[in-house]
Amino acid sequence: MGSIIETRNLSKSFKHFKAVTDLSFTINHGDIYGFLGQNGAGKSTTMRMLLGLIFPDSGSIYIDGEEFNNGRRHLLSKIGAIIERPDMYGYLSGWDNLKMFAALSDSSIKAARLHEVLEIVGLKGREQDKVKAYSQGMKQRLGIAIALVHKPDLLILDEPTNGLDPQGIAEMRALILSLSRDHGKTILISSHLLYEIEQVATSMIIIHKGRKVVEGKVNSLLNPDETFIEIDILPDDVIQHKIEGSEWKSMLSTAKHGSLTFKMNPERTPQLNSWLVGQGIGVTEIRSKHSLEAYFLSLTDDTVITNRAI
Amino acid sequence: MIQLLRIELYKIFRRPRTYISFGIVTAITFVIQLAMLTDGKGFVNFALSGVNEQFDIQGNILNGYLITYIILQSLLIHIPLLVALVAGDALAGEANLGTLRLLLTKPISRPKIVMAKFLSSFIYTVLLIVWLAVVALFFSLLLFGKGDMINLKSDSFIMILQKDVMWRYGLAFAFAVLAMTTIASMSLLLSAFADNSIGPIISTMGIVVVLTILSNLELPLFTIIKPYLFTTHMIGWKGFFDDPVPYAAIGKSAVVLVLYTVGFLLLTVFYFNKKDIKS
Repeated sequence: MGSIIETRNLSKSFKHFKAVTDLSFTINHGDIYGFLGQNGAGKSTTMRMLLGLIFPDSGSIYIDGEEFNNGRRHLLSKIGAIIERPDMYGYLSGWDNLKMFAALSDSSIKAARLHEVLEIVGLKGREQDKVKAYSQGMKQRLGIAIALVHKPDLLILDEPTNGLDPQGIAEMRALILSLSRDHGKTILISSHLLYEIEQVATSMIIIHKGRKVVEGKVNSLLNPDETFIEIDILPDDVIQHKIEGSEWKSMLSTAKHGSLTFKMNPERTPQLNSWLVGQGIGVTEIRSKHSLEAYFLSLTDDTVITNRAI
Repeated sequence: MIQLLRIELYKIFRRPRTYISFGIVTAITFVIQLAMLTDGKGFVNFALSGVNEQFDIQGNILNGYLITYIILQSLLIHIPLLVALVAGDALAGEANLGTLRLLLTKPISRPKIVMAKFLSSFIYTVLLIVWLAVVALFFSLLLFGKGDMINLKSDSFIMILQKDVMWRYGLAFAFAVLAMTTIASMSLLLSAFADNSIGPIISTMGIVVVLTILSNLELPLFTIIKPYLFTTHMIGWKGFFDDPVPYAAIGKSAVVLVLYTVGFLLLTVFYFNKKDIKS
């Protein structure tokens, strides 16, 4: 599969603030590509650059192999997007909003297609209500309907689960997976939550302060062998000595007074627990955290994680 | 472009606030007509007190044409605010609502969006002036009847025969559309700079008020710049009620207003085409 989006050394500053620096990444056809970063990391700025809302200071963007600046109009017809909130004309009905934006994307779109996308996003029956009466979840769905209506190859969804309740988040996740699986869309989705990205994405990138930190396939980045197992124990003066003489030595990451951290596959946690108990060590709590998650969290707070897996 | 213009007009005329302007024009017009119905004769006698000793004026002086002229003089200074309500909101209102970014992710060029916003503001302006013409002229003629029209000036008056009045009003309203289109284009430019519509609306009124004051100050410094201010030329419509009509001066004013309109529009396209959309 070829790339649908390729950015090369994208940079953007606002006065003295560097929002995005030297950012390069590639999204292939058919991917659900997770764009992960804490708030203010530069996700929305990058997405806006991909849509021509913000002009990069330097670098280039290629959509389907064509430079964006050379074919903005034609390339935008291949993209559907929701950036930040799905804001629409509240004084108009959902149908009127959809019809209007559909006409702006492609004047030949017929009413049957509008009904079809309303069906896909699950808004059928509520289309005649004024948008100001919609819940946040319904607005997100209408936003996706507007993004989908002209049959784009690529969907760019900026934090589509923001402001949704748990049920809304689950429904949105199912919708995104269905759009990829059943409708063949390539999807770029941003979030500040690793968990969200992990649930749907096939590939991902993490950016921090406008720079790329890591990029790759989700299943290799989230390799189970890279999981930190944190174990709280009753203080034991000889514990380190006992571990050094065991098979767990190579997996020990840190050992502090009353706390051990191993980097290993979580499937082996019961064996480790049995071994510790067998050594007469009192285990009080076991927690697991993937190294990527631990690393990502370290970006958002000042917790220092030793032995970074990245 | 036609599709985009239709959508812009649809958005304007589906918003309740659009009709506030038409309501205001109607209300003020009716208030002036009501005042003239109750006290119009006294007003005319006072206005003609200087000339009554030299001339014997007979007939229906307080007729619909004179009332319309009085309404236009009172209202046209306030119409820029009503024009700015729509034109000032055109880009900034969308930015504030958050719909601008959705609009700009569609495959339409930014200059086309600006042109559609300008043309829709122009059509709204035309309709507002036409509505003013209808309620002012039609209802004034209905309430006060026809007759020769007296154009009262500070030191003289001009008598315009009844058969000569309507075409003058036609041209005066057309000129008013031109003047208000200049206001619309300026308001649209201010709207491109802002992310909420209050700023452009207030700024439009502020600029109009300041420049109108400068246009009316009889000081040497301002005399030099007066011919270049668009506000100096906005009252060109009054020329159609002079005898003879000063076509050269009116034409010059029209050219100045057209140049300002085109200039504001080009600046809007230039700026908006390069603007980062962060709203």
